[in-house]
Amino acid sequence: MNAFHISLIVAISVISICLIMVMIRFFKGPTLPDRVTAFDLFSANIIGITAIYAVLTDNTSVMDVAIILSLISFLGAMSFAYYLNK
Amino acid sequence: MESWVEIVSAIFIYIGVIFLVISSVGIIRLPDFYIRMSAITKAATLGIGFIVTGITIYFNEVVIMNKSITIILFMLLTSPVAAHVIARAAFRNRVLFWEKTIIEEFKPYLKEHGAMPETNVDKADLPGKKQ
Repeated sequence: MNAFHISLIVAISVISICLIMVMIRFFKGPTLPDRVTAFDLFSANIIGITAIYAVLTDNTSVMDVAIILSLISFLGAMSFAYYLNK
Repeated sequence: MESWVEIVSAIFIYIGVIFLVISSVGIIRLPDFYIRMSAITKAATLGIGFIVTGITIYFNEVVIMNKSITIILFMLLTSPVAAHVIARAAFRNRVLFWEKTIIEEFKPYLKEHGAMPETNVDKADLPGKKQ
């Protein structure tokens, strides 16, 4: 447990506070597109947490989860836009 | 004492975290859906790019570098496309613009498609008429 790991844990905590702020917009958002963009930023923050977690545990296979998450967030945004256009 | 690799990697990760914080504050504070969209798309993509670059510097392997380039390429490709598609869907569903948005050059198109409610157009007219 050196200073580098402590700084990584601090970074994960800061991104978690960002998740709380995004959830405030998710509950408050007046329209459906606001909530879709909040979901987009939420998944982007989770990609950041996953990538930092890969360094924290020295487990390189966690990086695959970040790749899959970046694809799934795009899929969710596109499907919601299709649903809105209908 | 930490090695130089860890210090440089931590600096890159913290620059990325600062960009994510900026985009998360922007999604709360900015007034309009279309303005919020710009904050999310640009700042979040740049933040994830910096975080993944720091991780590549820390691990110092070719496999991790390929995965990082894949993540950055996917973000650069998909984020503007998703933002454009959602903004167009919101525009067709008549999500309101902010009152202070300058839409003078945009107004004939909006009236032609009927995408702008009349009250919002009148509000946007008011400051120009007073001056």
